[in-house]
Amino acid sequence: MITVSPRRLIQDYGPSALLAVLTLAVWETVARLGLIPPFILPAPSAVWMALIEERSLLFGVHLPATLLEVLTGFALSVGCGSLLGTGMHLFRPLAKALYPLLVISQTIPLIALSPLFIMWFGYTIWSKVAVVFLTAFFPVVIGTYDGLSKNTDGYRELLLTFGANRWQILRKVGVPLALPSFFSGLKLSVVYCVIGATIGEWLGGSQGLGYFSRRMAGNLQSAKMFAAVVLLSALGILLFLSVAGLEKIILKKRGRYS
Amino acid sequence: MFVRLLIDPGGGFLHSLMINLTNLSYAFGSGSSRALVFSELSMNVRRGEFISVVGASGCGKSTLFKIIAGLLEPASGSLTLNGVESTSAAQRLGRVAYMPQQDLLLPWRTVLDNCLLPWELKRSVPKADAVTQIRTLLGRFGLTETEGAYPHELSGGMRQRVAVLRTVAAGNELLLLDEPFGALDAITKRALQIWLLELWSELDKTVLFITHDLEEALLLSDRIYLMTGSQGGGIQEFTSGLPRPRHHTLNYEPQFAALRQELELKLYDNRLT
Repeated sequence: MITVSPRRLIQDYGPSALLAVLTLAVWETVARLGLIPPFILPAPSAVWMALIEERSLLFGVHLPATLLEVLTGFALSVGCGSLLGTGMHLFRPLAKALYPLLVISQTIPLIALSPLFIMWFGYTIWSKVAVVFLTAFFPVVIGTYDGLSKNTDGYRELLLTFGANRWQILRKVGVPLALPSFFSGLKLSVVYCVIGATIGEWLGGSQGLGYFSRRMAGNLQSAKMFAAVVLLSALGILLFLSVAGLEKIILKKRGRYS
Repeated sequence: MFVRLLIDPGGGFLHSLMINLTNLSYAFGSGSSRALVFSELSMNVRRGEFISVVGASGCGKSTLFKIIAGLLEPASGSLTLNGVESTSAAQRLGRVAYMPQQDLLLPWRTVLDNCLLPWELKRSVPKADAVTQIRTLLGRFGLTETEGAYPHELSGGMRQRVAVLRTVAAGNELLLLDEPFGALDAITKRALQIWLLELWSELDKTVLFITHDLEEALLLSDRIYLMTGSQGGGIQEFTSGLPRPRHHTLNYEPQFAALRQELELKLYDNRLT
């Protein structure tokens, strides 16, 4: 069990927390003094009030909708991404053929493809999941492939002399050694999922935090828009921390941390 | 050893041979960039012997081990393992236990799980039997306490012992130990030499042992092969004739010092020619 002392906590997060509080205070003061109109920059307290005011809609409808898109897209990304990464590791021609195309796929501006997604999948959840998948599967593929491609010649030779076949070498040594890199990919991916879902909802739809923030921005209700943005950000942080926690549990169980 | 030779069901001398290498050579690369590592190398190892291979860095000792283990194919020459001529490297894989220079313990596995690795790949006996077997070995190796420990929690000397145990647990009669104590400090190294000397007689294995340390070679082995690689001279055999069982204080005796000097001269002469 890891115990963190309060002193350590202050040392680690104190400066950034202090800066955040200061920024919020200045922001609140500026907004309260009426120096900037509220539709340009609402006060943090107004955002908080909006969050409470719209809580049933935000937490009851839009957050679950976004979460569903994110989780579906993430599951697909992890599934397809790790399979593809493993396949590329096992068959060199596949890696040679796919790697450049994967990189190119990441240079396409997704917004430009949006009309296509709407045509293919309509205004259903799948047009959003497609955007999530396209942004989020890349880090998983690269994390898996790079992790498996680490130099493991020493272990490979040792296992060969024990009479192991290729599949056994992958399972006993390749996968465990690839896990840290795989988890780095997952942590990037899960954050991209939230961004992807937001973009997907902006392109068209009737629910989700991205959709809500866009509609509120259109109505000049900046406080409500910010409320949705705060929720999206919190969602991203929470998902990231979950994956990081899972990583810690799995790698610690394997004695990776001393 | 002679007793075992006499009761050998096969009867003949050939059957007591664990390895026979005849005119083995190996080269890296091909064509004009071909670099000869060693050539015309011949040696015999009888069942139950402890043989050291001594030579300067880069003379191809590790390469020789990789060839015997089945990781590399020799350029020419023949290799007989356990009385059967080996046709390809792949056919030798899994028949010789090989311990590389680094301990290569899997950091995410406990000592017990590391030692179970060779069994996991073959699964020839039920797991409970394998675990019992490993526990017995851990006891004999003086490692019982470390069963549940992870490699990073062990000292360098202990890690090396675990790696030797895992090599023994692979179940092959022939062990190739590539400088197992090379990376250890002098004090730990000495302790492990004493440990191996005491342990080895009851293990009933044939050992081929690479070392740079002439004293280590003399103390532990029945015979020593001096390797000089491609610079000529090939391989020279040296029999110490020191009786067994040996005590670890053997190296303070004048006879030992004389042998050591003789061995050093041979190695030195070879490098001059």
